[in-house]
Amino acid sequence: MAPVTLLEARGLTRHFGGLKAVDGVDFDLAEGEVHALIGPNGAGKTTFVSLLCGRIPVQSGVIRFDGADITRLPAHSRVRRGIAYTFQITQVFANLTVFDNVALAVQRRGGPLDGDTRAALARVGLADRADQRAGTLSYGHQRLLEIAMGLALHPRLLILDEPTQGLANAEIDTFKALVRQIVSDTTVLLIEHNMDVVMDLAHRITVLNFGEVLSSGTPDAIRANPAVQAAYLGG
Amino acid sequence: MTAATRIWAFHLAALSLLAAGAAFLPAYHLTNVAKVMVLATYAMGYNIAFGYTGLLSLGHALFFGAGLYGAGMLVQHADLTAGPALLAGLLAGGAMAAIAGLLALRTQGVAFMIVTLMFAQAGYLTILYNTAWTRGDEGIVIARDARVLLGYDLSADLPRYFAAFALFAAGLVLKLWLVRSPAGRVMIALRENEERSRMLGYDPYARKLVALVISGLYAGAAGAAYGLLFGYVGASLASTQYSILPLLWVLLGGAGTVLGPFVGALLMFYLIDYSSAFTTASLLVVGVALVLLVLFAPKGILGTLRERWLRWLP
Repeated sequence: MAPVTLLEARGLTRHFGGLKAVDGVDFDLAEGEVHALIGPNGAGKTTFVSLLCGRIPVQSGVIRFDGADITRLPAHSRVRRGIAYTFQITQVFANLTVFDNVALAVQRRGGPLDGDTRAALARVGLADRADQRAGTLSYGHQRLLEIAMGLALHPRLLILDEPTQGLANAEIDTFKALVRQIVSDTTVLLIEHNMDVVMDLAHRITVLNFGEVLSSGTPDAIRANPAVQAAYLGG
Repeated sequence: MTAATRIWAFHLAALSLLAAGAAFLPAYHLTNVAKVMVLATYAMGYNIAFGYTGLLSLGHALFFGAGLYGAGMLVQHADLTAGPALLAGLLAGGAMAAIAGLLALRTQGVAFMIVTLMFAQAGYLTILYNTAWTRGDEGIVIARDARVLLGYDLSADLPRYFAAFALFAAGLVLKLWLVRSPAGRVMIALRENEERSRMLGYDPYARKLVALVISGLYAGAAGAAYGLLFGYVGASLASTQYSILPLLWVLLGGAGTVLGPFVGALLMFYLIDYSSAFTTASLLVVGVALVLLVLFAPKGILGTLRERWLRWLP
């Protein structure tokens, strides 16, 4: 069975002054896959996903999600259509309780507030910290809370921006197990620097360099690609 | 006792205490506390925008003035009775907040402060210069026979006290319900981190506009009540001073606390009242109090209590 395309971008472009942060990117995301986005620092990864989720307006190009053109939709409308984004720099509501952080996601979707909130917390292993203020959590736990907020939206596409940054090894293992579990009901787009995580989780990988797609394919194909090795994997 | 019962019990006890005040307060304080309750209703509205949603407006006098003059001019020129005039004032405050908000909410932070300030200044000057309608500088004195609500004479001490109490109690209960509701949680989320709220699917502009209109409805109702209960509708009540005062009351009592605006308004009112008995520099006393507040309790009285001891206080 041919994979169903959940999201496609054509000629996506965003320049900042003279800097071509994203420059004519074509990109396809199949439903149900874990797709990793890699590339050197400054390659335009975060800008690219920001265009997808609407945090930064598109200069030119088209984004289609689930068949509909979403290029000009504001970010909050894209979230309603099922695109969830978790921040690179943790942005939980520090002064609210862990429960309230996730409840904000649940109530927007309109699910049973208490049940769904606790279920999302249980999924990331934070159930016993529901009443704690989010700002008092350890960094690793705040990252998990970010993911719980994304999950609680029940997104069709979950965009994770460097989720394992600053996590300890044991926490990374928990995270990997979590993503494998998530992927049964959502598509995951992952920006990641940790190559072990990428090779372990991704079904497909896209390599960005200077705002352009350098290569796209399976982990094995990417690993064997000489251009990728030269630009990124260190040869 | 669950958290919800404790919260409601606490606030209903505070309301009962205020109601009981009618029985033991001497006439002088009866008038004062009635005035404080009306002003605290205004401040509660301000707190919904500022304390809960994070909108630092310097133009709320426009909404208070809209209520004040909306009610006052209709009584004066259209012979409206007190009940409909109150309703008209409430709606005028909300409508003015919607108009100002549609434009002002396109800005943020300092720009929002300046735009709201300018709106209020424009409103103040409009009142001042349209003397045929507003009687400008002199203001409108509302005749005693127009100040009758449900058969009660609002210029008499006790009916006035209870009318102010009813307004305040309704405002308090609604506010307590609002800030504990899912909509209230979104308001707080916008205050804490607007970008994160947006990425959870909330439209910040629409949500902030709703919060500002609710805030304007409170200000409008309080303005209308002020005119009808105390018989005077004057331009000074729509001046910049009346945009700053609710901010100070809220800061003093505790921004983002349900009872804080009342505590702040009461304290500041009596601070000025007592200090003016022995000095003409009563505003200096207020200034010193505010400096002490910033130094030792920057979160206001109830905000500090919540931080130290009463974590459950909404």
